[in-house]
Amino acid sequence: MYSFDIRKADSVAAAAALIAQTGGRALAGGQSLIAAMKLRLAQPGTLVDLAGLTELQGIRRDGNALVIGAMTRHAEVAAAADVKAAIPALAALAEGIGDRQVRNMGTLGGSLANNDPAACYPAGVLGLGATVHTNRRTIAADDFFKGLYETALGDGELITQVSFPVPTKAAYVKFAQPASRFALVGVFVAQTGGGVRVAVTGAGPSVFRAKALEDALARTFTADAAKAVRIPATGLNSDLHGSAEYRAHLIPVLAARAVAALA
Amino acid sequence: MSIPLSLSVNGKAVTADVDERTLLVEFLRHDLALTGTHVGCDTAQCGACTVLVDGRAIKSCNVLAAQVAGAKITTIEGLAGADGTLHPMQAAFKECHGLQCGFCTPGMVLGALDLVAHHPHADERTIREALEGNFCRCTGYQNIVKAVQTGAAAMAK
Ligand SMILES: Cc1cc2nc3c(=O)[nH]c(=O)nc-3n(C[C@H](O)[C@H](O)[C@H](O)COP(=O)(O)OP(=O)(O)OC[C@H]3O[C@@H](n4cnc5c(N)ncnc54)[C@H](O)[C@@H]3O)c2cc1C
Ligand code: FES
Ligand code: FES
Repeated sequence: MYSFDIRKADSVAAAAALIAQTGGRALAGGQSLIAAMKLRLAQPGTLVDLAGLTELQGIRRDGNALVIGAMTRHAEVAAAADVKAAIPALAALAEGIGDRQVRNMGTLGGSLANNDPAACYPAGVLGLGATVHTNRRTIAADDFFKGLYETALGDGELITQVSFPVPTKAAYVKFAQPASRFALVGVFVAQTGGGVRVAVTGAGPSVFRAKALEDALARTFTADAAKAVRIPATGLNSDLHGSAEYRAHLIPVLAARAVAALA
Repeated sequence: MSIPLSLSVNGKAVTADVDERTLLVEFLRHDLALTGTHVGCDTAQCGACTVLVDGRAIKSCNVLAAQVAGAKITTIEGLAGADGTLHPMQAAFKECHGLQCGFCTPGMVLGALDLVAHHPHADERTIREALEGNFCRCTGYQNIVKAVQTGAAAMAK
């Protein structure tokens, strides 16, 4: 790890200003960032620790939405009665991230800002059509995830909270890579006021919506309808854990399992 | 660069100046000589370095000491009584043969304590899921699960 300066701020505005001023980086749970720094894949000169900023914490119901602060830990989302009642699929998704120790440190905001191609939360955010709030603006999930580890966030822009519209029903099914427990492929299926949404993580360079599955499920919301869809392997990830063809095959299989879980 | 740090470790207040890059596990092992917290992988995979931060099990190889400033840390050294009486969870690991080489054991025991705090009557499946982040390379998990069940029951008494 290279040397850095570590700072705290007493408000989100001050933290953002400090990041902008120093060209530094936000530190949330550190579960991705510390590992990257140890490997010298990340070498921020300044870390601004967001821990303790109460503006970024908490889970609340706001009309037909569930609003979760960026610094809310995975374990808190998994255990929250409000989340279990309104969007049980989101609580289950959080409960399935990594292991207990990772869930006790890792945060919603950190997961989204990092946009790991195999991360779980991006699938929930895109699948539910959530809105990402930052210190500057609001960003629709459809516009937030830009590519491999890339998001719409600008320099010094901080995620403050995420607003998840409560769906009619939703389920997330992950085929976990057995060593890391990240998603080899994960599929989030939601029936929402705006129609069926299907978000896929782990399979491509970044989370994406599977239009063919959405169309098929809008016609008939059954596991068989999902299973009948063929997803082309073009552009999907290939690595020692699975070929692009294998991942392409898993997408409708997992979508079908998600639909079956909702029956 | 060095930064000032104060926190509580096993009930004792600790103040030190540390390099900002110091991981919590390095602080515990090197600065405080609490070598019961082990490093199996250093990449947040194995759970040998698990300690409690304000009651939450975390992997201390993947957390900066600076991140836990002001927190209450519990390591394996903080569990037994002053007279050496084992904590019921430690006693259960001994009783149930929940260890062979013992390398993973401190992390297992602390992970188990986080579990018991949330699920005092966890069933076998819940225990297996809760210890997903703790690897054992020799015992084979059967007796570890039994130990956690036995320890949880002893703690409930
Ligand atoms: C062993 C292991 C297993 C894991 N398994 C899974 C898994 O199965 N599924 C999964 O989804 N994830 C998994 N993860 C990743 C985990 O969920 C991380 O917690 C998460 O990716 C990052 O969150 P963090 O709070 O730790 O962020 P950090 O590591 O602190 O930060 C990550 C990035 O986000 C930026 N950032 C943080 N907060 C904000 C904010 N509010 N606004 C703007 N930028 C911000 C940081 O600057 C940094 O660039 C795993 C991690 C480990 C170590
Ligand atoms: S040493 Fe920390 S998880 Fe292995
Ligand atoms: S007892 Fe040897 S690694 Fe678990």
